[in-house]
Formats: sequence, C-alpha cells, structure tokens
Amino acid sequence: MLNNVLDFVPKIPVAEKIKQFTDWVTNSFSFLFDPLKKYFEDLMEYVADLLGAVPPVLVILIVAVIAFFISGKRFGLPAFSIVGLWFIYNQELWDHLINTFTLVLIASLLSVIIGIPIGILMSKSRTAEAMITPILDFMQTMPAFVYLIPAVAFFGIGMVPGVFASLIFATPPTVRFTNLGIRQVPKELIEASDAFGSTAVQKLFKVELPMARATIMAGINQTVMLALSMVVIASMIGAPGLGRNVLSALQRAQIGPGFVAGIGIVILAIIIDRFTQSMNKKHDHV
Amino acid sequence: MPIIEVKNLTKIFGKNPAQALKLLDEGFSKHEILQKTGHTVGVNRASFSVEAGEIFVIMGLSGSGKSTLIRLLNRLIEPTKGSIFIDGDNLSKMDKKSLREVRRKKISMVFQRFALFPHRTVLENAEFGLEIQKVPKEERREKAIKALEMVGLGQYLEQKPNQLSGGMQQRVGLARALANDPEVLLMDEAFSALDPLIRKEMQDELLDLQGTMKKTIIFITHDLDEALRLGDRIALMKDGSIVQIGTPEEILMNPANDYVEKFVEDVDRSKILTAQHIMKRPETINIEKHGPRVALERMREEGISTIFVVDSKRNLKGYVTADDASEARKKDVRDIEEILRTNVPKVEKDTPMYDIFTVIHDSPIPVAVVEKEKLIGIIVRGSVIAALAGESEVSTNSAE
Ligand SMILES: Nc1ncnc2c1ncn2[C@@H]1O[C@H](COP(=O)(O)OP(=O)(O)OP(=O)(O)O)[C@@H](O)[C@H]1O
Ligand SMILES: [Mg+2]
Repeated sequence: MLNNVLDFVPKIPVAEKIKQFTDWVTNSFSFLFDPLKKYFEDLMEYVADLLGAVPPVLVILIVAVIAFFISGKRFGLPAFSIVGLWFIYNQELWDHLINTFTLVLIASLLSVIIGIPIGILMSKSRTAEAMITPILDFMQTMPAFVYLIPAVAFFGIGMVPGVFASLIFATPPTVRFTNLGIRQVPKELIEASDAFGSTAVQKLFKVELPMARATIMAGINQTVMLALSMVVIASMIGAPGLGRNVLSALQRAQIGPGFVAGIGIVILAIIIDRFTQSMNKKHDHV
Repeated sequence: MPIIEVKNLTKIFGKNPAQALKLLDEGFSKHEILQKTGHTVGVNRASFSVEAGEIFVIMGLSGSGKSTLIRLLNRLIEPTKGSIFIDGDNLSKMDKKSLREVRRKKISMVFQRFALFPHRTVLENAEFGLEIQKVPKEERREKAIKALEMVGLGQYLEQKPNQLSGGMQQRVGLARALANDPEVLLMDEAFSALDPLIRKEMQDELLDLQGTMKKTIIFITHDLDEALRLGDRIALMKDGSIVQIGTPEEILMNPANDYVEKFVEDVDRSKILTAQHIMKRPETINIEKHGPRVALERMREEGISTIFVVDSKRNLKGYVTADDASEARKKDVRDIEEILRTNVPKVEKDTPMYDIFTVIHDSPIPVAVVEKEKLIGIIVRGSVIAALAGESEVSTNSAE
C-alpha cells in the first residue's frame, strides 16, 4: 500500500527517449557518419596494412632497440619485448596483434587530440571545469559496454565503432590530467611569464604546457591503457584483433586459446605502458 | 620628471571592495576593515614618485603590502583605485595590448624565489623576454649572452637552472630581466632567499651594475641593512600604507614615528654613519701665510692644543702643537715648516664610523677628514661618542 506512494507517476519513458534521440542523431547525421566511417575505415586499414607489411622479425628488433634506449640502456624491457612479441608470433596471433595495435593507436591519438584542448579549456575557465567534470565522471563510470550501442547505431560494425566507443571511454584521463597539470604550474612562473608581457597563447605554449608535460603524459598513459582494455569489448561489435580471439574462445568455452590471446593482450599492454611511461621519465632527467 | 609616479594607489582584496574603500576613506584601519567586511587592505592610498636612475627601496614587515605594491606597478595585480604613471603614461588605464608593450619594453621583474623556467636552459631563460617580443633568434641570443656575461654567467649557457646554486640562479633571474634592456627593474625580495654572504655579494654586484647601467630600480626588502646599503631613498610601509619616505640618513636620524623607530633601532649606527656625518669644521692655518705666532694665537682663541696646517688650496700639510709653537716663538723661528708634524691621523669622508673608532682610539689629536687630500673636516673623540649615544640601543650594540 505504501508502495503506491511511489507510483504517483507511471514509468518515465527514459529508455524510449534515449532511443528516439539516438535514432534522430543517426538519421540526421548519417551524411556525416557515413563518410566519417568510410574515411576512418580506409585509414585504419591502411595503417594496419602498413604495419603488417613490415616483417615481424624487423618489428621485434626495432621495438627492442627503442626499448633499450628509452629504458636507460637496460636489458630488462628489450628482453621482455623480444620474448613477448616472439611468443605472439609463435602463437600465430601476429595479424591480430597488428589490428589491435592499430585500433589502440588511432583511438589514443584521437583521444589525445580531442582531450588536450578540452583539458586546456577546463584549466582556463572555472565554469568550463564545473560543467565538464561531471560529464567526465559519467563517461568513466558508465559500463563500457553501453557505448557499443550508439557506436553501432552511428557507425555499424567493425573497427570504426570500436574506436568511437574507446574514444568515449578512454579520453577522460587525458582531459583531467591536462587540466590538473596546467593548474599545478607554480604561480610564480605564471607571474614571470605575464611580467615579461606574454600573450595567453605564448604563456600556454612556452610555459604552461611544457611545465604540465609530465602530468599530461601520465594522463595519456592512462588513456592508452583504457583504449587497450576496450579492445576486447569492441570485438563484440566486430572490431578485429586479439579481443576477437578472446571473445570467440569465450563463446565456445575454449579455455586454452582464450588464455593465449589474453596473454597476448597483456604483453602488448606491458610494452605500451613501459614505452609511454619511460618517454616521460627520460625527459624529466635532462 | 619622475619616471614612475604613483598616486593614491589602493588595493583591496575581496569580492566587494567598494564598501571597504569607503571605510578606508572614513579612516578605519586595516584591522577594523578586515573585521567589519572581511576584506583585506593590501595597499592603502600609496603615493610616491621615483626618479630615473634611482634605487628606490620599499621595506616593511611581513604582510605590510610590499609585494602587493610592487605587483601593482606592472599590474600583475589590478589596482582597486588610484593611478600609476610610467614616463607620463597612465598604466592603470591601459588596455591589455599597451600594458603588454610596457611589460615587454619598460619594466622587468626579478622574483624572490627566482621563478626560472626549469624546462629551459640558462640561455633560454635569459632569452625569454626577447622571445616573447619575437626578436629574431640571432639577435636575442646575442643580447641574452651579453646579459649573462654581465652577471658573470657566460660559462653556464647550456645548464638547466636546477644545476646552479641559489646565487647563480638569481643571477640568471637578473640577466633575464636585463636582457630586455628595461628602464625599470622591479625586484621583490630578490636576495632574501640567498644566504648572507652570497646576499652581500649580490648587493655589491647590483650596485656595480647600477653604476654602469643607470636603471631605475624598485627594490623590496624586509631587511634594513639591505635597504640602507642599496637605497637612494627608502619607503617604509605599515599595514598597506607608506609611513615614511626618505634617504637612509633621514630615516635613521629622524624616524617619522614609533614604527619606523622600532624598525631602525636595531641597526648598528656605526655601520651607517660615515666620517662626514660627524665631522666638524676645522680650525686651520695657511702654510703659505702664517707662522708659529699666528698658530699660537689661533689655538689660544679656540682653546685647542693642536691646529691643522693647509695650503691655499686646502691641501692638508700637517699640524702643529701649541707646545711646539710657543717654543718656536721663544727661539724666534719664523718658518712654520720647522715645527710642522706630518704624521696626521686621517680618514676619507665616507669612512664608516666603525672604522673611525680604531683610528681615533690611538690618536692624541683629532682625526682629519679628507677628500682627495683636501681637508674638509675634523673629528674629535667626543663627537663619535655623542653620535652613538643618540640612541641608547645603538650605543650598546656598537659596544659589543
Ligand atoms: N591574493 C590575495 N588575496 C587576499 N589577500 C591577499 C592576497 N595577497 C596578499 N594579500 C594580503 O595583503 C596583505 C599584504 O600582503 P603582501 O604579500 O603584499 O605583504 P608583504 O609585505 O609582501 O609580506 P612578505 O614580507 O611576507 O612578503 C597581507 O595582509 C596579505 O594577507
Ligand atoms: Mg612579499
């Protein structure tokens, strides 16, 4: 009886409204989504082909050499890279690796390109910060699967909706850390920059961004990791790569192949993580 | 015409300064206004002008508004009220673009904690102002290197600031400010973060540089010794107001109120006062005209036992004693040179009083004060003591 109190309004058709909205967006902007999809599909195929064309042994060597230098001429990371990548090759997952890497690369690049300017905007305006922060919270706490639905609606299936979904999921750290990094620049340095007559743009590029670099890089590192974690999920809507192996293993309850593909993702994650992190450290010590 | 003129400059921190301004005009104190309105009076109706080539020191206790005042001068802090003129232009009314021009060309700043850009090398730091002005690379390199050489850092161009000691970092800060060749240098406690020896060194160096550059320097400090060493004039602040402006001597000799006096009292006067402050007009005779007879006569008239001897150009020749003179008169010696003593105790006119002590302590006769060998005054032991006794605190200090 008391429950009736809560029934003073019938069920609000939120879900229907969202669907209507999504349909409306899909229909009204298909002129935009379709060429966008085409363009990105071509781009990603091109990148994947390009990377795939390099002989695996060469890729492994190049990665090892770079690893050697960015880890301060130590042998741990290069050794790990060689063994790990060779393992992926050995398990006949190389093509999937290339696809996954392409997806992560494009998604992360887009996240950074979009995220940094938004972060800058937030750091410059309290209003913008107050408005954007809850949106970021929303984007990050919403289960990532949910993004697949509008992604499919807008872009169909394949790599492009995968990138779209991981863009939404992975951009927030770059935005947050850019904002944080700029706000953390010591007040004195801002004063010094102003006192010598910098314009806002000069101050941004000559002082604020360089000073915030380490923090922004930490954000980018997180963004890349999130993009990678989205790979498995994105395979549900047809994005190719290691995630698809995991997914199909799951569907057929094949524990062996599932783990092998999973280990492949972990290896890639570790290498990417160490690479983005040590790029950061290297500059700090100079 | 003064290069900087400040009229009624006021800064009130808080959301609604109008009310606080009104209370200020009605004569309420900083403390009362804070209690009534929650607004902080940063600077309270400050007026002063600074002449070109002058070192103008602003001093006061912590929280008295020094940093606020100096930041109002280049509008890093926006004034609530009042005006700032630089070269006759009203800075407080300028739009952003003209303000930037002034900051680029006319006013540079040196910061307490150096505020160097850690991601830039020493050279790139020194170049910063010129880079902002879009000066071509070659030219700005050249100017920046010159500025760095002036402060003795020509060898460190490619280092990062955090590889340098504090003193060297502040030299970079100074070079960065000088590379723009500004008319005015604003220095907010520029040497306060340095240890005492380095600090002295930097003060000397600033004075040296100032000797050749003739910039206008506005220097903030809460250290009276530093103020007295550097300042041509000193402004004292309390609770946001300027309570006295004057030369170091004026501030020391006639503190405008208790507050200034309190500030001044722990200064060792013997370090500030020099020979010229305590010397007296000398009694002399002329070696070219006068003999022992005149000398004796003058000494008798003045009730003194020695008299200094000069030539017609007032070059110091020596002194004669009353005993020698009367002896000479008995023997009918006419020539004063026969009894002239030349081992005169003497000091330069800007010898600090501290150093006069040792000279006068060993001397049976007054000490001569000379400027380029010309006699300009004498100091007797009594006047040293008297000057020191002017303040009881001072005399105990100097006795230590
Ligand atoms: N941004 C600000 N907001 C509010 N109050 C401020 C602000 N900046 C300074 N004040 C207040 O203004 C007054 C003057 O401060 P200011 O920093 O100018 O003093 P100061 O003489 O430079 O002191 P110090 O020797 O400690 O550097 C102080 O009461 C301070 O609390
Ligand atoms: Mg201060």
